[in-house]
Order: sequence, then C-alpha cells, then structure tokens
Amino acid sequence: MTILLIAEHDNQLLSDQTAKALSAAKKIGGKVDILVAGEGAQAVADAAAKLAGVRKVLLAESVALKEQLAEPLAATIRTLADGYDSFVAAATTTGKNVMPRVAAFLDVMQVSDVIEVVNAVAFKRPVYAGNAIETVESTDVKHVITVRTSAFQPAGEGESVPVERIEAAADPGLSTFVENRIAASDRPELTSARIIISGGRALGSSEKFREVILPVADKLGAAVGASRAAVDAGYAPNDWQVGQTGKVVAPDLYIACGISGAIQHLAGMKDSKVIVAINKDEQAPIFQVADYGIVGDLFEVVPDLEKQLE
Amino acid sequence: MKLIVPVKRVIDANIKPRVKADGTGVELANVKMTMNPFDEIAIEEAIRLREAGKAEEIVAVSIGPAQAQETLRTALAMGADRAILVKVDTAVEPLDVAKILKGVAAQEKPGLFLLGKQAIDDDANQTGQMLAALLGWAQGTFASKVEIGEGKATVTREVDGGLQVVELKLPAIVTADLRLNQPRYASLPSIMKAKKKPLDEKSPADYGVEVKTRLRVLKTEEPAQRKAGIKIAFVAELVGRLKNEAGVL
Repeated sequence: MTILLIAEHDNQLLSDQTAKALSAAKKIGGKVDILVAGEGAQAVADAAAKLAGVRKVLLAESVALKEQLAEPLAATIRTLADGYDSFVAAATTTGKNVMPRVAAFLDVMQVSDVIEVVNAVAFKRPVYAGNAIETVESTDVKHVITVRTSAFQPAGEGESVPVERIEAAADPGLSTFVENRIAASDRPELTSARIIISGGRALGSSEKFREVILPVADKLGAAVGASRAAVDAGYAPNDWQVGQTGKVVAPDLYIACGISGAIQHLAGMKDSKVIVAINKDEQAPIFQVADYGIVGDLFEVVPDLEKQLE
Repeated sequence: MKLIVPVKRVIDANIKPRVKADGTGVELANVKMTMNPFDEIAIEEAIRLREAGKAEEIVAVSIGPAQAQETLRTALAMGADRAILVKVDTAVEPLDVAKILKGVAAQEKPGLFLLGKQAIDDDANQTGQMLAALLGWAQGTFASKVEIGEGKATVTREVDGGLQVVELKLPAIVTADLRLNQPRYASLPSIMKAKKKPLDEKSPADYGVEVKTRLRVLKTEEPAQRKAGIKIAFVAELVGRLKNEAGVL
C-alpha cells in the first residue's frame, strides 16, 4: 500500500492537522508520502520532511496552487494518481473541498471524516451528526479518505526525509482567488487548542460575548468557540462555530457557557477530555455530557471564574 | 439561466436517530422525513436569484424512493418551477448521485447547480464536488454569499480560518452552507399550486447510470456515551477540581 497524504498549510507553516492525519495514514499501513502543494512553501515541505514515518515529501509549487483552490489542487493530485493506492487528507475545509473532486476523477467513493482505521480498507466514521458510527469497507481499487483529526494524536518528529520537487498541473482556469477575510488572532486555533471556552446564544449580543468570554479565554490561554445559535445570531464569527457543521474539537478542557447542548453542538465537542457546563437551565442537555456543571447565571459565574483563576 | 437544485429526503433534523438493535443501520420506518436542511437553503437561494432576475427557471431534482416526490413537492411549493424524480429504491452513494446529475445536466444545460453542502444523514459532503469534477466545472463549496455576474459567479465561502472569496467561471457548482440565507415557509396557496407543477419520473438507466455499492457498511453502532458528571455550587470548588481532580488547569 502506498499512501499520498495532502499537507494542510498556509505556505508558511505546516498545520498540526497534517501530523494527526499522518497518524491515521500510518495505521492504514504502507509507505506514506506527503504532498505539499502551494507557492513559496519550501519551509512547509521542510517541516513535513521531519515528521516521523514519512518516505518522502513532494513539493508542487505554482501561482495557481497558492490558495489551494480545489480545481488546480485536484488536477495536481490527479497527475500523481498512478503511484498511490490511498489518498488521505485532514477533514478541514480544504480537505473537504478538494478530496471528493479527486475521488470522482478516480471513479471511487470517498470515505469522509474517518475517526478510526480498522484496517487498510475499513474505517469507522460518524453519520447522523455523530448519533451513529458506521464501519464501512471500501471496495474500490483506490481509496480516498478524509480524517477527523480530533480523533488522532499527532505523529512525532524523526529524521528528515528528502523533499522532491514535482511539476504542478496546468491551472484548469475555472476559478480565481479574490480574497481571504481571516481575522488575525493571538489565541490558539480551535482545532489544536488544549482549552476551549465557548459561548451560546445566552450571551445576548456580540459585545457581551466579547466582554464575558474573552477575558477568561485570555487568562486560560484558551481558544474561543461558539454554538451555532450564537453564530447565527451574529454574536460570534463563523470560524468560531463548534459543532457538526462547524469545527469538531477534542481539547483537554471544554467550557460551555450558556450553551444548551443541541445534538448538533454535542457532535462537535463530546470527545473533549473534560467538559464544564455553565447554564441557567438545570434541564439543559449539556449537563448530560458535562463532567462538572454549574447551574447559574453565566453573567455572574463566568466573571467569578475569571477572578478565581487569578 | 437555468438553475438545478438537487434535494434529498432525509430524517427530520429535529428527530434523534436511533440505531437498530441488530446493527444494520438507523431506524427509518415510521420516522418523520423532510428535505435535507442544506438543500432547503439551496432552493431558497435559487428562488432569490430568480427574484433578482439572475435566473429564469429552477428545476428541483431528487434521487430516491417514490416518497421523495413529497420532498420535490416541498421544493415546488417553495418556488421551484418543475421537478424530476430519479426513482431508486436502494441507497445511492454520492458518486452515483453525481453521475446521475451529470446526466441531468447534459439534458437540461443549466448555468448553475445549487446543492446543500452535505446531507444530514450520511454527512458525506461530497456530491457537489464530485459533480463539479465529472462536469469539469468550477466549484464554490460552503457558500455564505453568491453573486451572479456576466459569465461568472462570485462566491464567499466559509472556511476554517474565516471567509474566502472566489470567482467561478459559469457554468459552475455552488454548495450552500448554513448562513447563505433563511429559507422561507411555503404558503398554503403555493402548496396547492405546487400540486399542479410538472414532476417527471426517470430512472438512473435513463442517464446511463447503474447504481452500485462501493462502500459496504459492515456495522452501524451507537457512539460511546459520556456519563453525566456532578453539579457544583461554587466556582472556587470548580477551579479546585479542575486543578486537582481532573488535572486540566
């Protein structure tokens, strides 16, 4: 079995999602090569080359690959198809965007959001927003897999392996990048944070959300999350959303403030090691998954928590 | 421009699915079924584009059992002009759905496909991207805003870091994310009117597709359950327990 793992990066840094997806790839078994597709991404390729258990790193660079749009990226992966049995990527918005396009080119069914590798062709994956877990076996000749990285530990570092430059495929010329609207933040990323504090609709406004949640986040060095209801109401930006259709996270500590615990939200955080729920409603479903619960007004409890953390 | 919106009949989003005791799947008998919520958003967006004069006709397509007709009637009641049911009694995987839709595209020649980004049953999130690959078209997935220009569409996408704006050459594929719009409810008169709108029935063979199973489901099980923990009265105690008992602070 030879496996091509698609690296997740921003042309400067290799995301730790790649190291986690690598752990899944290694469980499939066989030789793993990492593809770094981008522009000016040599540093990313060098970082990927240090990951333990990799055979080699392929570096494809072109202007069209800079933003890793699905059309040029899938075209480049397609040129490598003959050499590999399995194609693996983290189930990030980049992976989810490009991998089905690759699978269709190869005429195979993709296995999405793998949480456990049973063997080289069988995988466990959540369906129905995590209310059921399916074990599926791919009967195709090649396999395309996206990995829910919160279910895997990152692979460590080892001796550097060679980086080989390869030709990027010609840009299909279907799509053009216009801009990214990405808020810069000093806080850790949701998907790799050790602690997450999340707010729900009970916060009542964008101002209150920031006033109440952010000081605790700063004190804990935590990432900030939000429920879908809070994002829909405009209290928090979309990239903070934790849940089945937002980000799936599994930090050491997850603090849910004013979040009732809809199935949709639980699907995104119930694999956290320790869950704390702060909610006025004693009957809120979030308490059914919380290790520690405080029934109370979050506008009193959360500032108190901030003080107690001094 | 003609718009095609594929819609899927799924378990109602407000119902908690139950895994069958014998592990062969999720209980679907006597369970309320509705249109996949992301597909509702796609239909709504299509209607808004038509209302804005960017499109002339909206065709809703469903691939599924005879009962998927109800889903199509909902789409028609919301405002789609006509519907196509591609009748299949077995589960159809995203790749075969994409192949059938490619066949639909060859006959209908749409300027844009609007799809939900994923169905809330299999949570695959693949069909739109696969269809784009098979047609050789551009794709704008996870859309929170769609603007149609001359021969192009500008799509704002919800990505992990925030938002990304891309420009797609038309014809193209767009998949709808949650915040693209708030779907309308169909009014009673429009529900009555929808009953008279045309609904064609087809089979996968009409599009040269033979439906097969590539991913064999070996087992379906309940997820591991968390146990409810303890309630704490004071924040000081919580902080103490997080430090000493749980060791996470």
